[in-house]
Amino acid sequence: MKKEVRICGFGGQGVILAGFIIGKAACVFSDYNSVQSQSYGPEARGGAARSEVIISDGKIGYPRPIGIDIMAAMAQEAFDSYRGDLREGAIIIIDPDLVPRNDIGTPIYRVQVQKIAEELGNKIVTNITMVGALIGITKILEVEAVKKAVIDSVPKKFMELNVNAFEQGLEAGTNARPE
Amino acid sequence: MTNERDPVRIRRVLGNKVQFIQGDMAVAYGGLLAGCSFFGGYPITPASEVAEGMARLLPRVKGTFIQMEDEIAGIASTIGAAWGGAKSMTATSGPGFSLMMENYGYAIMTETPCVIANVQRTGPSTGQPTLGAQGDMMQVRWGSHGDMEAIALCPSTVQECLDMTIECFNLAEKYRHPVCLMTDGEIGHLREKVVIPDEDEMELFERVLATIDKDKFIPFSESQTRDSKVPDFPTFGSGYHTYVTGLTHNDKGFPATDKQPDHERLILRLISKITDDREKLTSVEEIELDDAEVAFVSFGASARPCESAVWEARKKGMKVGMLRLKTVWPFPRDVVTQLSKKVKKIIVVEMNLGQIYHVVKEFAVKDCEVILAPKVGGDMHLPHELMEYLEVSN
Repeated sequence: MKKEVRICGFGGQGVILAGFIIGKAACVFSDYNSVQSQSYGPEARGGAARSEVIISDGKIGYPRPIGIDIMAAMAQEAFDSYRGDLREGAIIIIDPDLVPRNDIGTPIYRVQVQKIAEELGNKIVTNITMVGALIGITKILEVEAVKKAVIDSVPKKFMELNVNAFEQGLEAGTNARPE
Repeated sequence: MTNERDPVRIRRVLGNKVQFIQGDMAVAYGGLLAGCSFFGGYPITPASEVAEGMARLLPRVKGTFIQMEDEIAGIASTIGAAWGGAKSMTATSGPGFSLMMENYGYAIMTETPCVIANVQRTGPSTGQPTLGAQGDMMQVRWGSHGDMEAIALCPSTVQECLDMTIECFNLAEKYRHPVCLMTDGEIGHLREKVVIPDEDEMELFERVLATIDKDKFIPFSESQTRDSKVPDFPTFGSGYHTYVTGLTHNDKGFPATDKQPDHERLILRLISKITDDREKLTSVEEIELDDAEVAFVSFGASARPCESAVWEARKKGMKVGMLRLKTVWPFPRDVVTQLSKKVKKIIVVEMNLGQIYHVVKEFAVKDCEVILAPKVGGDMHLPHELMEYLEVSN
């Protein structure tokens, strides 16, 4: 098994943390190898940002993605910019409120992760909601492993909020269908 | 503040044994595990996380972190701390490494044990701050003026960032020499799993301190207490009066700048204390070389796409392998010569326009073709780009 995952959005949304949690869930709380990298330039803060994770049951040589299997986008600019290297049949997940122009002629998953986060009381957990949705849709990792990685990676006083965000995202993802 | 290494405290501060961290942070972890108690430096992308890590970790093990006014002061404070009895380090990237070159030579001349982590980015000058490169591989060897030897290690994984930082400290102490960890922006910012070694899984080489009668102590000769070209260390404040200078000095440490034999004797000892041990210092990884007809030679980040290309080539039935240099300096010349006798062609893969290539060529036998696969601009080679070099070979 080898999966290349990209989570993208704009700087400040926590796309790096989202990728970090998936990578950690894979290699610390599961038995996979994983690497996580990110791309940004000094002038790109606030602009499009991306975080990429490779999960594999074998050794990972080249540590950057070559063909993305799963892409989750939380900003229009990121969705528009980072779609060039998707593998055929790649799973695409977007929040339609954040990526309104999303009709690209192939079925994609639409999950309102920001709305879920807002209903939980703070849109700062949009990224963790997206992690939940991504796991619910793709099932690339065991839910418990990812939940452990969330708990291990967020400040203690926001743990409950983050776990709720993950679980609600997970449920929304599990029920989502590509359209 | 203390220079005493407290393993219980270090492990409490580092936390879980298995973590998912960046290469830069693994450098800081390695420093802490080795017993580093002083970091003096100046933040610079993509090395800043080493300083950040040390700023967070060192005070919690009663060590000292100082953000100096620039990189010149960063390495100067690191050298001073070593003479004060600390295991000390600094970290930087291209422009900072250039600024450090004079004091790098000073550390070599004064036989100061310390570690410099260079998280390479592209250059010249400020280049591409956030992107990785391997353009300083000759600078670390020749960048300071005069004749010298270098010790430089190149990690290809985040785990190696941790392990090799410990090794850099060991070598710095063993040879009383500034040892460079030549990592890069790719590996520095990559996150991977690291397993923090237990105490009994680590070997530490501790500084050999001067113990001989103070009247008989000769600070800059071969050791007076063991069979070694490396003198025992007279920590400042320990009562051993030692004059430390970057000028050519006699055994007592005093300037002796006008006689050829004095200089020659000193410099030959500074160089041969390292080159005598070239074989011991050689550390390489051999991948699929047994029946290989073509071999990649690479190091650091660029070895990763090489390894992917080797796997792909093997799937296609091509007899391809790789020699990965973990120690780049002193150059593992014998290993390269042996390899060149075995394979028809060597492809040197590096993220620059040709540096280690020239050294490989120097030590490869004439019958073996040596070609360069260069790449600059901040991206690693793609595995399929390296496959193209192989397909030309066949």
